[in-house]
Amino acid sequence: MIDVIIIGGGIAGLETACTLHTQGIESLILEKEKEIGGKLTQWDSLFPSNRNAKELVETYKDEIQKHTITVYVNTKVIAIKKQNDGTFEIFTSREIVFKAKTIVIASGYSIFNAERKEEYGYAIYPNVITSADLEHMFATKKELKAPSGRTLERVAFIHCVGSRDEKVGNHYCSRLCCVTGVKQAIKIRQMLPETHVFNFYMDLRMYGLGFEEMYREAQEKHGVQFIRGRVSEIAQTNEGRLQLKAEDTLAARPVRMQVDMVVLLVGMEAPECNSILGKSCNIQYNAAQFIVPQDIHYSSGITSAEGVFVSGTSIAPLSVFDTINHARSTALAVSNFLMPIQNE
Amino acid sequence: MNFNFFVLPFTIGFFIIIVVLGVRFTRWIWKLSKIDKLRILHGFFTRRTLRAIREAWNESLLHKNIFKVNPFLGFMHMSLAFGWFLIIVVGHIEMYALTGNLTAMPWESVFFRYFEHTTSHAHAIFAHIMDTLLLLVLGGVGLALYKRVNMKFFGIRRNTQLRVSDKVALYSLWAIFPMRLLAESATAGFYMNGGWLTNNIGHVFQLVNLNSNGELIFWWIYSISLGAFFVVLPFSRYMHIPTEVLYIFLKEYGIKLKREYNSFSEIQVYSCSRCGICIEACQMHHAKISNNQSVYILKNIRDENITERKIYNCLLCGRCETLCPVNLKLNDLRITLRINASKDFNSTYDFLEQPHNTEHAEVVYFAGCMSHLSPSIISAVETILKTTKTPYLFIDKEKGVCCGRPLMLAGQQKAALKLINHNRESIIQSGAQTLITSCPICYKTFKEDYELGQMRILHHSEYIHELLTNKSLKISKSTQKYIYHDPCELGRGSDVYEEPRFILSQTGTLKTIENERQKSLCCGGSLGDVSLSMQERNRITHQTLLQLTKPNPDCIVTACPLCKKTFAKQKKVPVKDIAEIVVECM
Repeated sequence: MIDVIIIGGGIAGLETACTLHTQGIESLILEKEKEIGGKLTQWDSLFPSNRNAKELVETYKDEIQKHTITVYVNTKVIAIKKQNDGTFEIFTSREIVFKAKTIVIASGYSIFNAERKEEYGYAIYPNVITSADLEHMFATKKELKAPSGRTLERVAFIHCVGSRDEKVGNHYCSRLCCVTGVKQAIKIRQMLPETHVFNFYMDLRMYGLGFEEMYREAQEKHGVQFIRGRVSEIAQTNEGRLQLKAEDTLAARPVRMQVDMVVLLVGMEAPECNSILGKSCNIQYNAAQFIVPQDIHYSSGITSAEGVFVSGTSIAPLSVFDTINHARSTALAVSNFLMPIQNE
Repeated sequence: MNFNFFVLPFTIGFFIIIVVLGVRFTRWIWKLSKIDKLRILHGFFTRRTLRAIREAWNESLLHKNIFKVNPFLGFMHMSLAFGWFLIIVVGHIEMYALTGNLTAMPWESVFFRYFEHTTSHAHAIFAHIMDTLLLLVLGGVGLALYKRVNMKFFGIRRNTQLRVSDKVALYSLWAIFPMRLLAESATAGFYMNGGWLTNNIGHVFQLVNLNSNGELIFWWIYSISLGAFFVVLPFSRYMHIPTEVLYIFLKEYGIKLKREYNSFSEIQVYSCSRCGICIEACQMHHAKISNNQSVYILKNIRDENITERKIYNCLLCGRCETLCPVNLKLNDLRITLRINASKDFNSTYDFLEQPHNTEHAEVVYFAGCMSHLSPSIISAVETILKTTKTPYLFIDKEKGVCCGRPLMLAGQQKAALKLINHNRESIIQSGAQTLITSCPICYKTFKEDYELGQMRILHHSEYIHELLTNKSLKISKSTQKYIYHDPCELGRGSDVYEEPRFILSQTGTLKTIENERQKSLCCGGSLGDVSLSMQERNRITHQTLLQLTKPNPDCIVTACPLCKKTFAKQKKVPVKDIAEIVVECM
C-alpha cells in the first residue's frame, strides 16, 4: 500500500510528486505515454520568458531521479475502485493492481481536434496547421516553410479555434491560446523578418504575468497585425495559397486575404479519460468534462470524493505557471489529509 | 307537408349555416386572383373534379390519413364524418323511396321517423340500416368522449384550448346522436316503426310509461342540438368540415400558396381540424417549446392573436406537413406569415458586382455557402467530377453569393430576390445545361424560385446516382455500415430519397431506422429558425443522434453540409457526406 498514486506524469503530476517527497510522503506516478513530461515535451518555448520547454522537462526529470520517485510509463488507468476501508485499488493496462491511500488526478488536457472546425480546412489543406504543429516545427526545423514547401510571405493566425465556440460545443475560454498566438507570431517575425503576420481575434485576453507586455511588443516592435474578426472559411486557390474570408469588425468591412500558411490556435479540452476516472470514483464534472474542485478558492485541489485529489489542468486550462502552483497546493492538501492517518 | 314546431330550431340553424357558408365561400373565391379563378373554370369540367371528389371522399369522410397515424383516432373521425354522411344520404333515399315525395322540406327526412309510422317490410329494412349507421356514429361519439379523458390512447399528448363557440359546437355535436337515438326510440315505442335498436329501446320506454310529451321533448332537444351546431359551426373549429372540401377542390384545380397571405391562405387556416397530429410530429418539444406547433399557429391566425415570436420559432423541417391529414402547406404558410411580418433591413447588396461570366460550361457546379464551410464535401465532389472527366465550371468558387433561401425562410423576400437575380444571371450566362449543387437548401430554391427553364438541376447525390447507373463511375463495396440521414430540404423538401440510398447500397451496408424518409428527423441545425439558442438546438440534435446511432453504424451519412456540421459536434460516430463516401470507395 502506497500513500499516493498520481495519475499522469505531466508537469502537474511531477511537481505534486516532488513536493510530496519533500514533505516525506511517498508517491508513485502512472503515465500512459512512454515518457514523462506530458504535453510540455511537444512544446518548443514557453511564454513569457521564451525559455526552452525541454529545459524545464529535464529539470523535472532530474528532480524525479533525485527524489527516487517510481514512475510507471506506458500504463493506462482503466478503473479505480474504492475499498471499504477508504483505500483505492487501481486497475491499469498492466497486470499489477495498484493500491493506494489517496489518488491525485493529474490527467492534464487534450488539444482540440481542429478537424472538427471543418471550415478551416485542417487535414484538408496541407498548409493549414495548428499551434501545436507550429511548436513542433519550431523545435525540429531549422528553416521555417509551409508544410507544402512554400516560402512564407504571409502567415495568418486564427484565435479561439475550439474555444468560446458554441458551434463546437465549447463555451469556455482556453486562456492560453491568445498569448501563444502572440508568442508564435513574434517568433515567426524574428525568424523571417520579411514575412507578414496577421492575427485574427475576437478578444485578446492577456491575463497573465508579462502577457500584455508581449502583446504590445508584438505590435510595436515586431509589426504583427491584429485584425478583430473571426475567419468564416478558408479555401485553397489553384496556386496552393490559402484564401480566407473574414470580417474586420473594427473597420466594419469584409476581408478577403490570401496567405501561404494558416495557424489555428487550438484550445484545450478535458481528456477523455476524465469521464472514465469520474465514473469509477464518483467525482463531479462540469459540462466540459473538467473536474470540479470542492471549493474553487479555498480547496481547489480537493475533489468531491474523499481521498481523491486533482492537480493541474484537469480542473481547467492553466498555464505552466499556474499548473505548477496548483500542483504544489494539491500536494499540500494531500499531506494534510494523510497526516492524521500517519499519526495514528 | 309534415310539420311540428320542434323542427324550427333545426330549420333555422340549417338556413343560417347555408347562408353563412354561401357568403364565406363566395367571398373567398371572389378574392382569389384572376388566374386562380380561371384555374377553377378550366379545371371544373375535367378529371380534376373527379380526383377532388375522390380525395374529399377519402379524407373528408373516410379520413384515411388519420387512420395511418392512429387507427383509433382515424375510426373516431371516420365514424363521425362518414357515419353522419351515410345517415343523411340513406335518410333521404329512405324518404324518397318510401313516400315518393320529391319536394319534401329539409326537416322531413331528418325527422322522418317522427312523421312516418308505417311498418312495411321496406320500412323495416331501411329502419335496420339507419339504426346500424346510428350505432356507428355513436361509436365515434363514444371514442370522442373517451379522448377527452385519455388522449394518449389516440397517440396525442396535447391539443388546443377550446373557445366558447368551440365548446357549444362540441357539446351540441355530442348531444345530436344520442338524442336522435332517444327520440327515434321513443317514437318507435309507440308505433314499432324503428329498427333493431330503436324498437328495443322504445320497448323499454313503454315499460317505464313514457308518454307523448316525453317523446316530444326528446325530438325538441334533438332539433335544438342540430340547430345549435349549425349556427355555431362557422364560428367554431368545425368550420374545417366544409372548408376542407373547398380546399381539396381548389388545390386540385392547381391553386397554390403564393408568397403573400391571401384568401387561399385563409382557406387553409380554416381547413385545420385541430386533430393535434402535428404536435406529436414536432421536435421543438425537445427544446421545451410547446406552443408554436402548426395547429397553434393556425388557431392563432384565426383568433388574431399571433405574435412574431410564434411565427419565427419553427425549424421549417416539414415533419408536420407530411403528416397533416388535410395536406395543408404548413411551411409555405409560415413563410408567407414571415414575409408579412418582416421588416426592411438595409439589404441593398450594392457591393455585388454585375456578374459577367466569360467561362462557359455544360455542367456548372454551385457548392453553396454551407459547403464552403465543409470543404471536404467540395473536394470530394470535385474529385468525382475530375475522375469522370466531366468538364465543369465551379461557379461560386471565389465570389459566391448566397442562394437566397435562408433570407426567404426568414421572410426577407425582397432581399432574397436580389441575391436570386444575381445568381440566376450568373448561372444563365455560363450556358449551363446541368446545374449541380452540394447543398439541399440551394437545391430547393434553384428548383422553386430560380426559373431556370430547361436547365437540369441536380443535387450531387442525384448526379452520382446518374454516373453509377450509366457506368461512368465505378465504385467498390466496403464493409462499412451506414445510417443515412435524410436532410429536410432534400427529402421532404424535394422528394429525393432513393438516389442516396442506392449509392450507399453500392458502397456498403445501409441500416434502417424508424424515422427515415418522410418521417426523418431534423438535425436541429435548420436555418428556418434563427431565434433558437444553441442549447435548444443541441437538445434537438441530441435526440436525433440518439435515433441515428441506435443501430451502431460505422458512419452517419448525410447529403447536406449543414446536417453534417450539426452532427459533427459529437465525437463518437464519424459523420460524412455521401460524396465523401463515394470517393473513399472509388
